[in-house]
Amino acid sequence: MPVLSESEDNNVSETISINDVKHIATLARLKFDDTAAEKIKDDLNSILGYVDKLNELNTDDVEPTSHTLDICTVTRADEVKPSLSNEDALSNAPSSGNAHFKVPKVIE
Amino acid sequence: MATNTKIFCNCSNQFGSDPNTNVCPVCLGMPGVLPVMNEKIIEFTVKAGLALNCEIRERSIFARKNYFYPDLPKAYQITQFELPICENGYVDIELEDGTEKRIGVTRIHIEEDAGKLVHESDGSGVDLNRAGTPLMEIVSEPDIRSAEEAKAYVQKLRSIMKYVEVSDCNMEEGSMRCDVNLSLRPFGQDEFGTRAEIKNVNSFKSVERAAKYEEKRQAKLLDEGGTVVQETRLFNADTGVTASMRGKEDAHDYRYFPDPDLVPLVIEESFINNIRENMPELPDARMKRFISEYALPKYDANVLTAEKSYAEFFETALKTHNNPKGISNLIMSELMRHANEKQCGIDEAGISPENLAEIVKLLDAGTISGNISKKLFEEVISSGKKPSEIVEEKGMAQNSDAGELEAIVQQIIDTNPDETERFRAGDKKLQGFFMGQIMRASKGKANPGVVSQLLNKLIK
Repeated sequence: MPVLSESEDNNVSETISINDVKHIATLARLKFDDTAAEKIKDDLNSILGYVDKLNELNTDDVEPTSHTLDICTVTRADEVKPSLSNEDALSNAPSSGNAHFKVPKVIE
Repeated sequence: MATNTKIFCNCSNQFGSDPNTNVCPVCLGMPGVLPVMNEKIIEFTVKAGLALNCEIRERSIFARKNYFYPDLPKAYQITQFELPICENGYVDIELEDGTEKRIGVTRIHIEEDAGKLVHESDGSGVDLNRAGTPLMEIVSEPDIRSAEEAKAYVQKLRSIMKYVEVSDCNMEEGSMRCDVNLSLRPFGQDEFGTRAEIKNVNSFKSVERAAKYEEKRQAKLLDEGGTVVQETRLFNADTGVTASMRGKEDAHDYRYFPDPDLVPLVIEESFINNIRENMPELPDARMKRFISEYALPKYDANVLTAEKSYAEFFETALKTHNNPKGISNLIMSELMRHANEKQCGIDEAGISPENLAEIVKLLDAGTISGNISKKLFEEVISSGKKPSEIVEEKGMAQNSDAGELEAIVQQIIDTNPDETERFRAGDKKLQGFFMGQIMRASKGKANPGVVSQLLNKLIK
């Protein structure tokens, strides 16, 4: 995580609220207390403020990009190659049985 | 999609393999692996897009859709969000009363499927054979106004996808699935109401039933002053009811973002043109051609072109005997009944197009009667022999010998004096009675035309 100076920290606007932090935490299955949530909120706002500097650049003539590499269309032929054996596939699983990965019961 | 391999790895895309045997580090979501796009999928998607009259986007990108579920090993699904491959198409449907309607296609994007969960008493089992198998998602415009239209649309889509051979569209095996999105709006209102999404709709009949049920449910809710909640509901085919899926409230925040593992896909104009030039004839075009080229009634042409296999069977049969309507009749009656009973395709029902055509040929030549042709059809299916051989062996040929038939007709007249008297007096309904008696006496082999003439000659 980048270390940010105090002065920059103070200029940061509240783009991310404490509720945003809690919402993202729920989605990411993360758990922390309110003190940590405050700190994370400040950190995230600092990061966004830092990245916001990029908006100072004039990008009118730059095409939007979705990837850092200047290549496209990497494909492969539709040919079957051997897969893992069932034993190998399950070998890292904390729990398995009947050729399946075992997980706690999922109710739909 | 009917590819050999999965979308981003070389594992087999075969349905029904032993659990967790078509898996590798890529589709298991192991760290440090890279997905690589299957080139066949680009071809299939462009084909499907052209068949649905879509614009094909020159440049498209992939996104991650993030959520946690045990059947999703990476905790994100690779899909397309912005910039899908195909956009702005349409499908023309025809309803039962003959009305035609155009349904817009918003987009077609490609994505990977998730695995399968098996529920056991002590927990759930995960089979990842299906994880990473290629899917095409076809999104329609909100143009559908009834359950019947929804069903017709899905049936038409299936027919077209089978024609272009990008999928077998087998709904039992899950190679074609659909979600129904439904909303209501008061008469005269322009904006659509809040919609509910219904999942687990796994047959054409279910599409219609689910839509009808949901329409009623929302109407009742609104009439009672309630509001429709935007949610995902599950359809239960046993009860015909849709029910809210609980506990998925958060799930709609998928935080899509471009997948850094996959570079953009650029499709060259020449690639698209090459596919366009090699497109097979589609159901609508074939239907029109069947009417103009073979003078078939619209009904026949519709039935025969609904499935590519029907149309192929029909046109192959024509090469043996050029009587389009005769062949169409036999396909639509006997052959489709057989295929239906056996729950198989018409090319697996046990009769070749050549043999079916030969039956029509024997019928047209007057060698066999219409009644016998049905028996002959059964015999060909059960024995697999050529129709002409069976006719020879079993003496099925029709008797057109006026001399021989006259004796039979006379005998029936002699044994039924009362009926004969009434027939002579003008009771023409008895024609059927005499025909039946004579056919029975001749074991179905008498030529009905000759018998009819004899009957009217002998009873005057």
